[in-house]
Amino acid sequence: MQGSQNRPLRLGDLEAERCKEQAPLSAFAPAAAASILASGRQAGIKRYRAVLNTIVSILFDGLAWAMFLFIISVGLSVTMGLMGVVNLAHGAFAMAGGYLVMTATASWGVPFLASLVITFLVVACVSVLFERTLYAQLYGASELDQVLLTIGLSFMAIATYTYFYGPLPQAIHVPDYLLGEVHLGARSFPTYRVFLIVVGAALVAALWYGFERTNMGAKIRATVDNRRMAQSVGIDVDRLFTFTFAIGSGLAALGGGLAIQLLGLTPSFAVIYLVFFLLVVAVGGSGSMWGTLAAALALGICDTAGKYLFADAGSFAIYAVAVLILLIKPAGLYGRE
Amino acid sequence: MKIMGALAASLLALCWAGTSNAETIKVGVVLPYSGPNSDLGNQVDKAFDLYVKLHAKDLGDNKIELVKRDEGPVSGANARTVVTELITNDKVKLLAGFVFSPSAIAAAPLAAQAKIPMIIANAGTAWITNLSPYIVRFSFSMWDPAYPMGTYAAKDLHCKTAAAGFTDFPPGQDSTLAFKTAFEKAGGKVIDEVRMGSPGPVPDFTPFFQRVKDEHPDCFYVFVPSGSHAGGVMKTYGDLGMRQAGIRLIGPMDLIPDYELAHMSDAAIGLVVMSSYADDYDTPMNKAFVKDWHEAYGPNSYPDFMSAASMDTMAGIFHAINTLHGNLDDGAKVIDTLKGWKHDGLRGPIQIDPETRDVIQDEHAEEVIKKPDGKLGVKVLQTFPQVKDECKVLKIGRCASGT
Amino acid sequence: MDANNPSPSSLVGTVAAERAHAVDFLARRDRFRVAEALPWLLAMAAYFVFPNQMILGGQTLIMILFALSLDLILGFAGIVTLGHAAYFGVGAYGAALLITDLGWSEPISGLVCGAVLAAIAGFLSGWLLLRYRGLALLVLTLSTTIMLQQLGNLFRDFTGGYDGIPGINIAPLFGLFDYDLYGHTYYLYSLGVLLIALYAVRRIVYSPFGQALVGLRENVARMHALGSPVHWRLVIAYTISAGLAGVAGALFAQTNTLVTLGVFDFDQSAAVLMMLILGGAGWLYGAFVGAVLYMVLQNELAKISPAFWQFGIGLLLIAVVLLSRHGVFGRLANVGRLSPWGARP
Repeated sequence: MQGSQNRPLRLGDLEAERCKEQAPLSAFAPAAAASILASGRQAGIKRYRAVLNTIVSILFDGLAWAMFLFIISVGLSVTMGLMGVVNLAHGAFAMAGGYLVMTATASWGVPFLASLVITFLVVACVSVLFERTLYAQLYGASELDQVLLTIGLSFMAIATYTYFYGPLPQAIHVPDYLLGEVHLGARSFPTYRVFLIVVGAALVAALWYGFERTNMGAKIRATVDNRRMAQSVGIDVDRLFTFTFAIGSGLAALGGGLAIQLLGLTPSFAVIYLVFFLLVVAVGGSGSMWGTLAAALALGICDTAGKYLFADAGSFAIYAVAVLILLIKPAGLYGRE
Repeated sequence: MKIMGALAASLLALCWAGTSNAETIKVGVVLPYSGPNSDLGNQVDKAFDLYVKLHAKDLGDNKIELVKRDEGPVSGANARTVVTELITNDKVKLLAGFVFSPSAIAAAPLAAQAKIPMIIANAGTAWITNLSPYIVRFSFSMWDPAYPMGTYAAKDLHCKTAAAGFTDFPPGQDSTLAFKTAFEKAGGKVIDEVRMGSPGPVPDFTPFFQRVKDEHPDCFYVFVPSGSHAGGVMKTYGDLGMRQAGIRLIGPMDLIPDYELAHMSDAAIGLVVMSSYADDYDTPMNKAFVKDWHEAYGPNSYPDFMSAASMDTMAGIFHAINTLHGNLDDGAKVIDTLKGWKHDGLRGPIQIDPETRDVIQDEHAEEVIKKPDGKLGVKVLQTFPQVKDECKVLKIGRCASGT
Repeated sequence: MDANNPSPSSLVGTVAAERAHAVDFLARRDRFRVAEALPWLLAMAAYFVFPNQMILGGQTLIMILFALSLDLILGFAGIVTLGHAAYFGVGAYGAALLITDLGWSEPISGLVCGAVLAAIAGFLSGWLLLRYRGLALLVLTLSTTIMLQQLGNLFRDFTGGYDGIPGINIAPLFGLFDYDLYGHTYYLYSLGVLLIALYAVRRIVYSPFGQALVGLRENVARMHALGSPVHWRLVIAYTISAGLAGVAGALFAQTNTLVTLGVFDFDQSAAVLMMLILGGAGWLYGAFVGAVLYMVLQNELAKISPAFWQFGIGLLLIAVVLLSRHGVFGRLANVGRLSPWGARP
């Protein structure tokens, strides 16, 4: 390939080469040759743009979906890593959060954003009751017992909410500034999903700060690392468990409230999405916020890509990816053996 | 003297009891009362109860008793247990309900063996009525709204190309096949068929819809199970600005069940569906019905196409009871009274096709509009009168084998 | 000679005496107790006392078999899995396709077909997945079952998709006994299969292989130290368990005459887990107690209100876990010494 040896080959170089090759022809039909060249270049750019567009779509949609998974799963991951409890009722806390947000916005006229904060606080406080009475019995219990007790709790929650709210799907009215689209250059993105990504990012930042820069965060990290050592150093592990469980459940409730606009809300929400949260926690490694984030991103984006590109078998992707990762790293991406 | 009087009185009472042919006809109601799809069972159940409450006196001396059992999961695994118990233990004369096609398919041989009529109030797979001569369907076949929609989209909405998105299970596949058959017959071309996940949890529709948006069809035909899926579809359509991109969303009535329509945002405006019923129909019968419904179930509860079909189902059952004077012991006779039965119901004029025992009803192309009171409603654009199930007419696939 | 240096002859005598003692102990422990006839008597009694509930009865027997298969790996080998429905489903489809695709409607061959296919699936997945434990295993088993279901939906021409394969009509049993609406023959057929299956499982559990499984449950490290081929033992147990689950699935397909992709639902895996724990894992008859309790409760409570049933079963689960770690009758079984090595802690 001719061309300067000192600079890297660029797109224009190839065009230039083709130009030189076609030079003899163009002597006879310069206009024709020029138009062929131009259309070929146009088609190439168009296809390039289409591919780029697809990639951007997949990344954006995948990111929004990943944020939803992250917000709900991070609480589950931390409580599992910290307390060693498999909490299959985590989805029920998310569902409860959703119903609280719905009731607050519809019946009490509370603005949407405020109701999200309220649901976080209320569910966090209520979960303390459950932690002190039921979950405290599960520390040190066998995995099977934990699975069954929390499934039982889920069932009771679903039955209770069906009784009070009925089985019909609920919807909320999000404020108008969260609807519609946001235009960034040539593309537009749904505003609500941008909002979801922003909330997710803010949460990551807040959690990072909480874990790395605060006293409480340090205690949590220490206890996840080595509980006995932490206890002997004087950390009140029981109080820590309660606090972490509350934060985790509160975050689940927040995620549930955010999810209504995305997925709708029925009492069955508690169990039908539980599979995804378990996938994220297992793939990320329990006890690790970064692990949950990495897993949520990987699984969320792969799920979206699979659905976009191979809709026939698209739902396969998330499970296949999870299984592959777990086969190689059973403790998860950021997990510890 | 007193003893004679008492004796006479009791004799008289016995004679009276003997001569009055008052029957309590037990009807087994099989609906999903639990699980993620219990909202569908709920709509049918409420309609049944309401009809019985309003029209009990139409039966004269006879009474009707609804014996309700949980249909169970969508897989139909529970159906046989429940139906057998209803037949052998509760000794019902009729079976009504069946929201899920697998339940109806599982129960069909049992009903046929016991010679008990099965009255279907929802399950939409087209060839179900072929499974046994004791099955009568009052609700609809998947082909009823989908086939006319295909014709309408090509001819009246002037769509040259269409994409189809559907939940990946038999009703979705049936509905899309029906639409495609009609659409391509009328000169259109279906450029993509997108399977949008399994019928369980509501998926994030964005990747599927984004893919269709990038393909720029004129029309986008969507089938999802009625309920929370429909809400998700509307939100995603609005979020992605597909209407602004010139893609028209169309589908069967499952896209806008009335209780979901009440919550949908303005993104739904302009949507065209093919439906047999909507709350907004301006007939005196419907206005009275909606009023009765709200009185019975509160202002936040809305009847939808399933409720309307169920009201017509109950009307059919009542017709059978009255024609046979309360004697429903012979299942074949019950089926005969229903064959060819014509009724002016909430969905307009309906009749039961004597050959296929399936319902023939009007289908209306409706557009979602904003009503003067600010709520969303529908406006009828065109009516396709007395639509038959085209799958059986054209003998496509499993519809070809008759009973 | 003194006590510290026994003579060779007395040594041999001691060894022989100890061996006789051990043989005697094992014989006593492994013999059939009278109480073990109780479930079968109850089952036959149910046949006469509740003739109209035979379809429910048949489904219960199938669930008992399913729970029994799970007991082999959960109760005795200590493996917690959320995906056992996969083998149930494979067995069900195996039996279904034998009749509808290949036209071979003899019932017993359907069971064998289902069992073999499920065992193969169990062997392959067990070999791959049993290296893992804990959350990883839970998620892996759950995911593989879901993927199997989606695969089934992908090949819907083969499996009928979510509408499934109808018309699974088996030929009369042994060419003699035909099937009626009330499910009487189905009930006796299922009861017979369950009897044979229980006998087989009982033999396995009381064999040296079974003892090795318990060892794996109690202390894996020690088993490794003993040189026991841990992984292969587990895979074999898992294969047998999968095969039995396949028989249960095949029986389901034959008696339900319809099989759909719903057999792979998570609900199915969760339900069998619950049944086993309610009755008590690790002592075989826990499957009987748990399945009967669950199915009867579900049938009766659902008549009152489905929400009631769901609430009730949730409450019962919590109570069972908190109050009795050995299931409803596990503690009693320990007292009566029906369980050889004690139920799972």
